[in-house]
Amino acid sequence: MELRLGDFCQARSGDKADVANVAVFAPTQRTYEVLLAQLSAERVATHLSPLVRGSVVRYEAPNVFALNFVCQEALGGGGPRTLRSDMLGKTLGPNVLRLTVDVPDDLLNEFEMLRPPR
Amino acid sequence: MIRIGAGQGFSGDDLRGTREIVEDCVDYVCCEALAEFTLTGMSRERQRDPNAGYAPDIAAVATIALPAVAQRRSKLVTNAGALNPEGALQAVGEVARTLGIDHLCAGVVLGSDLTVRLPELVAAGADLRHMDTGESLDSLDDVEFAAVYLGAYPIVHALEQGAEVVITGRVADASVFMAPAIFELDVEPDDWTALGRLAVMGHLMECSTHVTGGNFSGPWWDLKGLDSIGFPIAEVDDNAQTLLTKPRGSGGLVSRDTVKEQLLYEVGDPARYLTPDVVADMTSVQLTDCGDDRVSVSTSSAAPATDTYKVIMSRPAGWSAAVGITYTYPGALAKARNAKTVLDRRLERSGIEVLETWVEYIGAGGLFGEADDALDPPEVVLRYAVRCRSAAEAGVILSERLTGLSVGGPPASAASGMGMTAPAPVSEIWPTLVPKNLIDPGVKVAMEVL
Repeated sequence: MELRLGDFCQARSGDKADVANVAVFAPTQRTYEVLLAQLSAERVATHLSPLVRGSVVRYEAPNVFALNFVCQEALGGGGPRTLRSDMLGKTLGPNVLRLTVDVPDDLLNEFEMLRPPR
Repeated sequence: MIRIGAGQGFSGDDLRGTREIVEDCVDYVCCEALAEFTLTGMSRERQRDPNAGYAPDIAAVATIALPAVAQRRSKLVTNAGALNPEGALQAVGEVARTLGIDHLCAGVVLGSDLTVRLPELVAAGADLRHMDTGESLDSLDDVEFAAVYLGAYPIVHALEQGAEVVITGRVADASVFMAPAIFELDVEPDDWTALGRLAVMGHLMECSTHVTGGNFSGPWWDLKGLDSIGFPIAEVDDNAQTLLTKPRGSGGLVSRDTVKEQLLYEVGDPARYLTPDVVADMTSVQLTDCGDDRVSVSTSSAAPATDTYKVIMSRPAGWSAAVGITYTYPGALAKARNAKTVLDRRLERSGIEVLETWVEYIGAGGLFGEADDALDPPEVVLRYAVRCRSAAEAGVILSERLTGLSVGGPPASAASGMGMTAPAPVSEIWPTLVPKNLIDPGVKVAMEVL
């Protein structure tokens, strides 16, 4: 079943000068494997290309079922210089959660869908 | 077991949380006050007034914490000294006198401010290359400030000499929290396993409520009491492992899901998280929910510290200003796009030199760097920001908005505007690495009895 990452994953992003990191957390081991297979650095780089001008490198943190994307030239020059309203890149995480992945149906009972109240 | 409470995660943090930590009778109240942004601001303050250059809310924090220090319940460690730790000490001394505290032993960690030492460092072989881009620095002339991220040991030395309050300049975030545990557990500077464990603890603590449910991307709607969210407390055992919790009755949540987000916050390679004291391995951390806002943090591996310190410098990058204008149905986004063109042309005609512009269509995907026409939102804010060489040039965007768009632009914008930002100086951050042997001799611990 095709799901947005935001349907079942957590994400947090942070800044260091003009570098941002985006950590995406899967809820279980097997959904983490889905991210490993389908969420490449290239995909994240293409998705964030209106904002991230430099390279994107992917790191793995299997202990917390997470992928960490480190993005260069990501914040319009860094917090004290940038013209963006999101000076510290806090919304890069939620931005990546808009990407979709194909989750095998037999994994759907491993987690609860994240559904913000309306 | 030693209990360390986070009293601040940034300068300007919620003093209600600080008070709750002090009331919880932790052994140490540790405050991290210096985001990159904050330090840049401090350097501007210092240019205006040589007595400034430290986080101004250190007096408010001291007012809350010093009574507990005077009663020998807690000790206070803070890096709010920024670029003027001795000035910060004076401010804390004044608070002590006001509170009628007649005896307090305070330590100050100096040596972080490298601004005037840069030529000497270059002469000694530091190349000051940008650590992210590899670029070399063409000139030292316009450097506004340079500060080295010192490690935990200068604080440890102050504690060893009996300091009950330790005020530092730019000590690395995690190190501020590590130092009391290093002191109490008598951790050797090459005990990488213990230091790695404490670095993970310090990293989790350094942003205060960012680990107790703040900014939580999981089911945030289930969190209770965000209006009174608790600051974190680390209970460190004899093996330097941590149980993370928060004051009883406070809001927010300490769970595996809130803590894991902070574990990777502002982290590069998670297997090699560089601190001045040790290279921590975030991938060797096991987080276990113990229920009741308690998470066990168990770290198994670490690597020796590197032979360099991180140094952060800043250089002036001109002035920025921004305007925001709200448009509504029908065709909100089309109106905002039209207004953007009006501003483009008027700025061009004004003859000012614009170094950089950034346009966001807020409400139509602007924060994602997009503008989605298919959304047809009922309202859209056009946010138009510029960077110029001077304040006067940047300020032109405000007058062009008024004269060009208040009655002469596309139909019906909200009169008050949105997110108007008057011209403000901006700076470029220049992070670099400097060999540790060029720095250590400058670190001094000065002890004062207030």
